[in-house]
Amino acid sequence: MFAFIVRRVLQAIVVMGVIAFIGFSVQHSIGDPVRDMVGERVSLAEREAIRDQLGLNDPVPIQFGRFCWKALHGDLGISYFHKRPALDVILSKAPATLELVFGATVIILVFCFPVGIYTAIRPRAWLSRFVMAVSTVGVAVPVFLTAIVLIYIFGVELRWLPTYGRGETVALGGWDTGLLTADGLLHLILPSVALSSIMLPLYIRLIRSEMMEVLETEYIKFAWAKGLSRWRIWLLHAFKNTLLPVITVFGVEIGILFAFTLLTETVFQWQGMGFMFLEAVERSDTALLVAYLVVVGVMFVVINTLVDICYGLVNPMVRVAGNP
Amino acid sequence: MTHLLEVENLNVRFALRFGDLTAIDGISFHLDRKEKLGIVGESGAGKSVTGFAIINLLSKPGYIAGGRIRFEGREIHRLSAEALRQIRGNRISMIFQDPMMTLNPVLTIGTQMVETVRAHRRVSKAEARTLALEKLQKVYIPSPEKRLDQYPHEMSGGMRQRIVIAIALLTDPALIIADEPTTALDVTIQAGIMELLGELCATEEMGLILITHDLAVVSQVTERIAVMYAGQIIETGSTAEIVARPRHPYTIGLINSLPGTRRAGSRLEQIPGMMPVLTAIPEGCAFHPRCFLAAPECRAARPDLTPVNGARQWAACHRLDQTAQPNLLKDSTSRP
Repeated sequence: MFAFIVRRVLQAIVVMGVIAFIGFSVQHSIGDPVRDMVGERVSLAEREAIRDQLGLNDPVPIQFGRFCWKALHGDLGISYFHKRPALDVILSKAPATLELVFGATVIILVFCFPVGIYTAIRPRAWLSRFVMAVSTVGVAVPVFLTAIVLIYIFGVELRWLPTYGRGETVALGGWDTGLLTADGLLHLILPSVALSSIMLPLYIRLIRSEMMEVLETEYIKFAWAKGLSRWRIWLLHAFKNTLLPVITVFGVEIGILFAFTLLTETVFQWQGMGFMFLEAVERSDTALLVAYLVVVGVMFVVINTLVDICYGLVNPMVRVAGNP
Repeated sequence: MTHLLEVENLNVRFALRFGDLTAIDGISFHLDRKEKLGIVGESGAGKSVTGFAIINLLSKPGYIAGGRIRFEGREIHRLSAEALRQIRGNRISMIFQDPMMTLNPVLTIGTQMVETVRAHRRVSKAEARTLALEKLQKVYIPSPEKRLDQYPHEMSGGMRQRIVIAIALLTDPALIIADEPTTALDVTIQAGIMELLGELCATEEMGLILITHDLAVVSQVTERIAVMYAGQIIETGSTAEIVARPRHPYTIGLINSLPGTRRAGSRLEQIPGMMPVLTAIPEGCAFHPRCFLAAPECRAARPDLTPVNGARQWAACHRLDQTAQPNLLKDSTSRP
């Protein structure tokens, strides 16, 4: 298992290198920092001098090395608009996005397993058919539409839930959290539901189809022939095998969840990284865009690595393959 | 006198959209403790369905449409789900065809054995583990202590089938149903597994139903056989008698097609045609389109099982007078 984790972490580092290279390429090829820094009247020779001074005339590999070195020390450039280090800007917005993703993940995890399992073991029940029909609609409706409908129903008509911003937050060290106040939690509900609406139906369908397949296998039939209780067969024998593909997909999809925070945060005016990213695009704030790319890349890689390690814990065959 | 297992006029159907298909059409047999019965036939004859019907574990949409299955004096198909669960894996154990598929890949052997014991006995995990060790030794698994903590994929097919047999033995069942237990294994492993099953049947005083398409295997292990064709038993009786003097043309064809009866290099015998599919079972005797003795009466009426050979053997054929001739068997010297 240890060897497996080490190998997986090494792979993660390689992926990070690739992400850093893409980030570097974006910065390198979009815009000319010298032109942004100096006025029209500066001569070409002076411009060249500034380029030399900034290291922009160095060979590309050296510039990339410098970029990585700085990135490792937390320096991803200065945001043109905010006039602050890009990393600081992003990290101040990160808690909002992470809490939103966390809220959506909790909703997905709480509902997808019981509903998925139920629809798999009772595929003909009317409740299962109903869930399947609704989930088809859920997969098809885009997240911003769900968000707007939710705002209309629960915010405008019923007036039960706030629809705008994060509400009251508490600073916890450097972490600005809305999870500790009632107001913050209330504000989190609608955005989380909207964000989860894109994944939850997908997961229910995935768990259902995987589990139905597993229930047809010989080892499940053997488990029945052994006279085990139905709950043990469903929740241990079948479910544990269902988990393997579900975990794999989960690792990939959680990245997509981050992508959808762009839309969700915009509709709900949620002051997170996604909202900031769209602002940065409008302002052509390259440093901030690159920083966003790198930070989201790191999150992606960390989460995927954790998911893979979970997979190894569930699937004994991976563990053996990891043994040297 | 009551037998351990009595199957009477069993009828199994599959409920499909366009109507019911009959998979098992009125078969009857019985079995006692320590007795070994072989059920033989081609794929699709209904052998496995018979096995699963006995523990009422037919895959949907299969269901028992008629007849009686009585085990230890209780009618299986009238039992509640819980009563049935207490019989499955406890009084009747099953061994499946492919040991690579039978064990759950994500649970250790120990877990899969302990849970079986604890599904039927009020014992601690440690006690169940001790019992599992004992049974693993009985099926000659080397270093059983280590195996308990391993996963199925760490073992060979033959080893896994031994573990499946050990699981079947855990609760000292009265009956073991082995559905093609050696078909998926190497020939060298097959003999060992068969020998083990036969031996255990005697020492553990269990009844054994051996479901297979392999006449050679059946003749080594069992005392009685039932030959199935298109959902019916068409010949049954003592294994030795039937192998020596088969009376149904289908059984004659099966025995003639064994490679052991042929000279090396010569062409293997085969029965012309294919087993009919369930949707198109011929009228009268289901075998008549492939039968070399078919007569008009075979098309008209289905033959009943009739005692022959002093009632040591029963065959369902209209032309029993013809099948008595010894020259129908190609070679009577080197049969298994």
